[in-house]
Amino acid sequence: MRAPAPDAEYLMRDTTSHPPALTPAYKTSVLRSPRLAPISLQQSLSEVTAPVFRAEEFGPLDHDLILNASKDGLPIGERIVVHGYVHDQLGRPVPNALVEVWQANASGRYRHKKDQYIGALDPNFGGCGRMLTDAHGYYAYRTIRPGPYPWRNRVNDWRPAHIHYAISGSGWVQRLITQMYFEGDPLIATCPILRIVPSEEQIRGLIALQDTSAFVQLDSRAYRFDIVLRGQRATLFENAVQA
Amino acid sequence: LAPQQAGFDIFERNFGSVLTNERTQGERIRIEGRVFDGIGTVLKDVLIEIWQANAAGRYAHPADRQPGKAEDPEFRGWGRSCTDFDTGVYTFETIKPGVVTGRNGRFMAPHINVWVVARGINLGLNTRLYFSDEAEANAKDAVLNIIEWEARRATLVAQRSPGTGTGASGVPVYRFDIRLQGEGETVFFDI
Repeated sequence: MRAPAPDAEYLMRDTTSHPPALTPAYKTSVLRSPRLAPISLQQSLSEVTAPVFRAEEFGPLDHDLILNASKDGLPIGERIVVHGYVHDQLGRPVPNALVEVWQANASGRYRHKKDQYIGALDPNFGGCGRMLTDAHGYYAYRTIRPGPYPWRNRVNDWRPAHIHYAISGSGWVQRLITQMYFEGDPLIATCPILRIVPSEEQIRGLIALQDTSAFVQLDSRAYRFDIVLRGQRATLFENAVQA
Repeated sequence: LAPQQAGFDIFERNFGSVLTNERTQGERIRIEGRVFDGIGTVLKDVLIEIWQANAAGRYAHPADRQPGKAEDPEFRGWGRSCTDFDTGVYTFETIKPGVVTGRNGRFMAPHINVWVVARGINLGLNTRLYFSDEAEANAKDAVLNIIEWEARRATLVAQRSPGTGTGASGVPVYRFDIRLQGEGETVFFDI
């Protein structure tokens, strides 16, 4: 297959595999979802380009959440490595993608002004990391496994343990925010946010698998989480202007 | 995505809402606005990102091969801003973008791509910001013209007003409010 021209357009987003905007069981969506249909755009240069990031913009500990906010010791909690590949729908790696992650600590408490949960803060844990994928689309970071936490939706709703992700690929249309969950977490079955995803298959795509082969002896367990962005198709016929 | 806003420092260099440095080419502008929900409440937990061309109308990306438009090494064209926890106002300091050629050579007026994410927004919302002092160009814009409800096009036009004061606060301000739902609902695109 021919490699895509750099400005070739991206495949249409399959809206049936994403949550709709209005999902009443996730209450906040009710007043924050547009009532009118989005207008579909044929892609131009504005949609197929995206910001480019350079390795030297990142600090050496940006992808090490165990150490990057440590003050006088190590954070408390389960030490894990999370790693995987970012590729597109056609299986091509997405190199130099910006992957940003944020999460609660082992208690389920965020280091954020607005988080009032009784779960304890950890003075040695910040909860943010970021990295660029390599030439093969591979990324890896180290962290403390986050705890579940309660939230005000129904009165006794709890989020499964999760890590938030934001990914910036090679085109603006690939911009994506999502959440990664952990294999075997029983809260996955009842989470109102996760249940807005329309198919079980898509939900499975958000669950990181325990990766025993990547465990670090006497140090850390590991999870594998791959991310699929929209694919860029080859331009097989040129777009001549029909005057 | 914005640890400083959350109340702590972690990275040496943060991504932020200032897209320019002293060497960036182009007319300095400030973008300001608020985001409203379906009953007109100002939201204070929204993150907005913008992506735009430089003053010559060229994107800082290898796929941009428009002839005769110079790169600006001092402009990446991307920024991130959070609404203020108290006022709900978001701001960007940037430059006014030049004209970018659209699909199949069609004309596009100067514009900025805008991406909106927040609690309660299940999939990030895409929209475009156009400029009120570009009425003639806007009337010819290929994207605005596919919006068949003419009245809705105005929701994408940021209103220019002169800046007051000196320095960064003395530059022209474009006000761009975003209405997620209901009366005056902003046009969102499936791109």
